[in-house]
Amino acid sequence: MDDTPAVAVHGLVKRYGEVEAVRGIDLEVARGETFGFLGPNGAGKSTTINILCTLVAPTAGEARVVGLDAVRDRAAVRRRIGLVFQDPTLDGPMSGEQNLRFHQELYGVDRRRAPARREEVLRTVGLWERRADPVTTYSGGMRRRLEIARGLLHSPQVLFLDEPTIGLDPQTRSSIWAYLAELHRSEEITVFVTTHYMDEAEHCDRIAIMNEGRIVALDTPDALKAQVGADRVTITTDDDEAALRALRAEFGLEGAVREGALTVRVPDGAGFVPRLFARLAVGIRSVTVTRPSLDDVFLAHTGTTIRDAEAGAGGSMHPMAVRMRGR
Amino acid sequence: MTTETPSGLRAEAVRVPQSGLATEARATAVVWRREMIRFVKDRARILSSLAQPLLFLFVLGTGLGSLLNEGQGGGGPGTVAFTTFLFPGVMAISVLFTAAFAGISIVWDREFGFLREMLVAPVSTASILLGKALGGATVATLQCLVLLALAGLVGVPYDPLMLLAMIGLIFLMGLMITALGLLLAARVRQVQSAMPLVQLVITPLMFLSGALFPLSGLPTWLAVLTHVNPMTYAVEPLRSVVFDHLDVDAATRARFDPGITWGSWPVPVGVQILITVASCVLLLGLAVWRFRRTE
Repeated sequence: MDDTPAVAVHGLVKRYGEVEAVRGIDLEVARGETFGFLGPNGAGKSTTINILCTLVAPTAGEARVVGLDAVRDRAAVRRRIGLVFQDPTLDGPMSGEQNLRFHQELYGVDRRRAPARREEVLRTVGLWERRADPVTTYSGGMRRRLEIARGLLHSPQVLFLDEPTIGLDPQTRSSIWAYLAELHRSEEITVFVTTHYMDEAEHCDRIAIMNEGRIVALDTPDALKAQVGADRVTITTDDDEAALRALRAEFGLEGAVREGALTVRVPDGAGFVPRLFARLAVGIRSVTVTRPSLDDVFLAHTGTTIRDAEAGAGGSMHPMAVRMRGR
Repeated sequence: MTTETPSGLRAEAVRVPQSGLATEARATAVVWRREMIRFVKDRARILSSLAQPLLFLFVLGTGLGSLLNEGQGGGGPGTVAFTTFLFPGVMAISVLFTAAFAGISIVWDREFGFLREMLVAPVSTASILLGKALGGATVATLQCLVLLALAGLVGVPYDPLMLLAMIGLIFLMGLMITALGLLLAARVRQVQSAMPLVQLVITPLMFLSGALFPLSGLPTWLAVLTHVNPMTYAVEPLRSVVFDHLDVDAATRARFDPGITWGSWPVPVGVQILITVASCVLLLGLAVWRFRRTE
């Protein structure tokens, strides 16, 4: 078994004239991992992924994919990776299957195995029934799935997806993630995915948060949330004033009452609840434990919310606008 | 190098082979096949692109022909009708517009993102563009088959050898013009900018090529322009082949098919074909170079 990292990046820098899009990042992704690359628009995610996919040459530093140099071994890297771009790259008049066949020929896939492989990936993304229809008749989510299927056709070792869910409605977004989870099981592939939806990081084994060209945090989603600290425990009680006093006396905690609910912050919310029930004399009607979100993580590491960071990164085109152009 | 060996992941999975001539050829072939799929699906395009050459041949040809032939005893033995003269020229015009459009259509591929899918594949840009050029040439040739079928209507015999030679020359011209279209489209980002290219480049190439009038007795400025136009060297062999199979006297041939002369040297048809082949290679090479720099 090969234990070369699927992706290894050292001291990576990319400058466009005066603008430093990537300011020296280090990163390693293990084989079989689903790795999330998060951050607001203009953080340098797409630039990094484009360097890894050999589409952009770095200004300095090194980028390796399955041990191969992304600059020197371009063709070898390209044969081993699958790509799903931010902008659509399908041929509308051709059918779904024709698009896939085109890709197989372009990548020199063994002809004897090609039809079976097409069926396999089309079934994985749930498009087998629609394979003969022109892509122009597909919905946005179906097109994305077809692109994912196409990215898998030549059995790549790493699948790169740049904002695969952007511009899709929440339901379609979650179905895309379900398909990604499914293929992760069936293909044992390394998945490297960028997104600027914080909630999607939950689907990843590990995530890196990027802001202004730097990686500001890198860990599992749970560990990152733990770094931010406290869970929120929200209770509704028969007597909030009595509950507040009891919390202070029994646990030394300062609660806050807002909109008829009492909230306290504790490091381990789930572990706290049983003790709360055992020692609080006031009647409790409901309990909610909220773990810190990745939005909180982003805020903790950058001092700004994703939304504000994007508003500040003026000049970079909003990805929605880019996608609209392709329609 | 250990990283070159297949990892333990899906040992039975379909492997992508190392690059090689066979892989490049498959890429070229599939790009060509896509052009065929598009051509077959787009019947409106086939019909509309036949309209223009038919108008040239039967309306312009007949109209001007009545004017030209009257004083010359038109239609008599040893002479040719103007439509006969125009036949290979109209063929060339059809190729010019069909092939140029096929080349420029890569702007649409860029607009809809499919160009990216093609250019990120582990094959060379040259293989992709060659596939496009062969596709354009094939489409242009298929269109011309319809026109060739009308040869009898304008007094051109259905000689198999002549027809074969014409098909070959038409294909070569199609290759050259598609390559030109690709070169023109290399830096074009927007579909709206593609149409002015046709007006500014392709239409002048048509008028300055000898497709519509014989290249003899022209004023110097026009003679110079027609002689530097690569299209001229693709049109003339076509006319030459047709005239070889017509029953015309020397005076008529000299008047309608004077050939191309450099100074006082009549350029042989073989050299004209070589010039066209060289133009193909040069234009395609330039297109590959510009695409590599921009994408």
